[in-house]
Amino acid sequence: MIFDHDVVVVGAGLAGMRAALEAARSGADVAVVSKVHPVRSHSNAAQGGINAAIGEGDSWESHAFDTVKGADYLADQDAVEVMCEEAPTDVIEFEHMGVIFYRDAEGKLGTRAFGGASQARTYFVGDITGQALLMTLYDQILKAGVKVYEEWFGTALFVEDGACRGMVALDSLTGELHLLRAKAVIDAAGGCGRLYEPSTNALICTGDGYALAYRAGAALMDMEMVQYHPTTLAGSGFLMTEAARGEGAFLLDKNGGRFMKKYAPNKMELASRDVVSRAEATEIAQGNGIDGNVLLDLRHLGRDVILKKLPQIHEVALDYIGIDMVEKPVPVRPGMHYMMGGVKTDVNGVTTLPGLYAAGEVACVSVHGGNRLGANSLLDTIVFGRRSGKHAAQYVKNVTPTTGGESLLRAEQERLRALLARPYKGETHARVRLDLATMMDRNVGIYRDEAGLQSALRGIGELRARYESVWVGDKSRVFNQALQFVLELGYLLDIGEAVVRSALLRTESRGAQSRTDYPERNDTEWLKHILLTYTPGSEPAVSYVPVTITRWKPEVRTY
Amino acid sequence: MQFTIEVGRYSPEGTYADSASPPQGFPVPWDKSPPRRYQTFTVDLPEHAVVLDALIAIREYQDESLAVRCACRSAICGSCAMWVNGHANLACKSKLQDCTKDGKTRVEAPPSMPVIRDLVWGMDPFWKKHHAVTPWLENKQPVPGPREEYRVENAAMDELLQEVSCINCGCCLMDCESFAVNADFLGPHALAKAYRYAGDPRDADAKERLGEYSKDGGVWDCTHCYECVQQCPKGVAPLEQILKLRKMAVDAGFTNNAGTRHADAFAESVRGSGRLNELTLMPKSTGMFNVVRQLKTLPSAIAMLRAGKLPPIIHHKIPGVQRIKTIFQRVGGRFK
Repeated sequence: MIFDHDVVVVGAGLAGMRAALEAARSGADVAVVSKVHPVRSHSNAAQGGINAAIGEGDSWESHAFDTVKGADYLADQDAVEVMCEEAPTDVIEFEHMGVIFYRDAEGKLGTRAFGGASQARTYFVGDITGQALLMTLYDQILKAGVKVYEEWFGTALFVEDGACRGMVALDSLTGELHLLRAKAVIDAAGGCGRLYEPSTNALICTGDGYALAYRAGAALMDMEMVQYHPTTLAGSGFLMTEAARGEGAFLLDKNGGRFMKKYAPNKMELASRDVVSRAEATEIAQGNGIDGNVLLDLRHLGRDVILKKLPQIHEVALDYIGIDMVEKPVPVRPGMHYMMGGVKTDVNGVTTLPGLYAAGEVACVSVHGGNRLGANSLLDTIVFGRRSGKHAAQYVKNVTPTTGGESLLRAEQERLRALLARPYKGETHARVRLDLATMMDRNVGIYRDEAGLQSALRGIGELRARYESVWVGDKSRVFNQALQFVLELGYLLDIGEAVVRSALLRTESRGAQSRTDYPERNDTEWLKHILLTYTPGSEPAVSYVPVTITRWKPEVRTY
Repeated sequence: MQFTIEVGRYSPEGTYADSASPPQGFPVPWDKSPPRRYQTFTVDLPEHAVVLDALIAIREYQDESLAVRCACRSAICGSCAMWVNGHANLACKSKLQDCTKDGKTRVEAPPSMPVIRDLVWGMDPFWKKHHAVTPWLENKQPVPGPREEYRVENAAMDELLQEVSCINCGCCLMDCESFAVNADFLGPHALAKAYRYAGDPRDADAKERLGEYSKDGGVWDCTHCYECVQQCPKGVAPLEQILKLRKMAVDAGFTNNAGTRHADAFAESVRGSGRLNELTLMPKSTGMFNVVRQLKTLPSAIAMLRAGKLPPIIHHKIPGVQRIKTIFQRVGGRFK
């Protein structure tokens, strides 16, 4: 079937729903396409909180400086200024929508400390902040009557005359492909944690939005910047929020020593994430860990603080490794968590492909540069989600409806039919995905070097060849998940290649990119973003844009 | 460790309908749920593995056609609610070791809900109920300025936090005994959500809400079976929120309904005689002058009479009933 809307939003996490709500408020006919029900989106896994300089004695400039420093000076400072200046009203708007933020004794919003921040400016709902924001926003979408195509999976963007004019999506419930035509598309399809094993991300974080945009012609930026979170649970890799350290938890080596004093004597456990993750990796490599982990010790916080302010991680540690953090330290290690890089946008979500917007983790504005500060990602989603929705609603006023796209729909139907008809040759999506993801963790993880990256690039070539014979082990129409997983794996291979190529190009160490063969930050050559543009049948085209610096000159970064 | 898992499979396309019959039938009223085939798998997993680990392992390495919703794997997203050994639970929170009964764990889509395929079931009933309770803040005026929050005590927010932990998995509704016999009952999750907004000091419409929630299908249709409290994986305890709503509704004056009359009749009978007068409970609940409703109960009254289950015609007080009255006075409230 064919559906027509002014704006189609891909993804129903915080960025997508915020964009949809704003576009609807601005009078556009909006529809949201999401491969899961909106409240299942991965925004709900954000635990610790959301940053804003609201309190007396704090200033957005201070928040912006912390963000720029955290980013190791790779963030565009004009974009950071926009985000930090608008943060207070955006966070307060969610309070007015009904979010149950923690309050202080005067009944005003209360804060907690977070990594890399010079002030306690993180607003929170226990350790379920993302979930609380997501649920409230979903209810606002219901109130506004925004159309949601639930459990629809995007297979391709529709580009006509050089502009994005919609998308093709697979309705999981019927197995039918549909064409959604639009005057603008907002890509808010979230991150790509499945590219790494282990990762804190949900199984649904397969980078659909990066690949859809990239294949349609939009540029990807700074894809080498992959954040490892310092505290993920031993074994499963589930997230143990930074709020634990924000509330005062220690990181200990096998002898009970607070090793962070060697790496960040001032901020200790609350240095920025790249710094803490590297410190842990170093300690573990030197044999100071326990079974490949270090210890997160919350015992001195006491039962009340743990149960009141960190109930979810208490429950997760108890459920999945049987450790009660009130009584024992929890084994943790760094784990892949977030993509700073993504689809290049400006502060209004405008990408390099006309008619296509991007917001949230899939986008690279860039406000996070080489390393994102904790509690800045929720902020990123709601500020730039709103701005994208607003800008798109204006943009569509001057766009005439299209009647095209049916040939793309037929081509996609044919592509999927061919996929389903492939014979079984022993190759499955699960094995290829696992090989890809473990290779990424091994060669393109916290520490990288030329040899490892070159080997990863060859590895991706081999995995691509194997992908061509991957079988779809389900032939039904209704809820054919195998088909979706095979398509997702194709996306992951594209993104993996972009990450590896960018990491090879950046011959310096900055933020999350730690090249052991280039251990220093190189401001003379590398205060610039790496852009990759898809080129069918050959290597992606590489280009560079300088980092925008407004008021903070790069300095030596210590915590 | 080897685990055996028995999966209830269903396909609307009929691809595996052949040997469709449950090992034992579903209990009433779920026995009309579509037939499914039960397929047994064996998986090798670490000892602390959960049911979801087994299902993912099956889907990835044994049978790619097994349909199951899941995302976060850590009881945050609410995707993987299903029946585990005949009760609602999250697959990601059910330890295989604890769930293995007679050498196996049985999982299936809940028979109380429309099944789509295998372990994937339709959440439309769940979301319709959610939508029906006006699940958003109707802002109390004046709304503070764009840089200013509502001033509210943290204790008032804390009171609502229990509901905010809800991950919308549907465990409470799928095992709700009231919902099983009355599809129009708003259900535990929606009423818990209703309390979250009615109890929010920033909401302007509390009174109007309470009137809506007091109607048929609302707070009084809960039968206190505690299934929702038992099955909720996040400690939301929906029944507790429903009881808070009832109190708020009665305090706000919404007493002209069978639920309040029933509760009143209970309290008055116990205060007056020290025990429940079952004979007058029914007419007092429906309303003493509601002849039509009372006549409708006549067939069951006759059936009870035949079975010798009719309560005694003469209702006796217990000895020392005065002390019961003292309790009521001490407690205070509407019946002191």
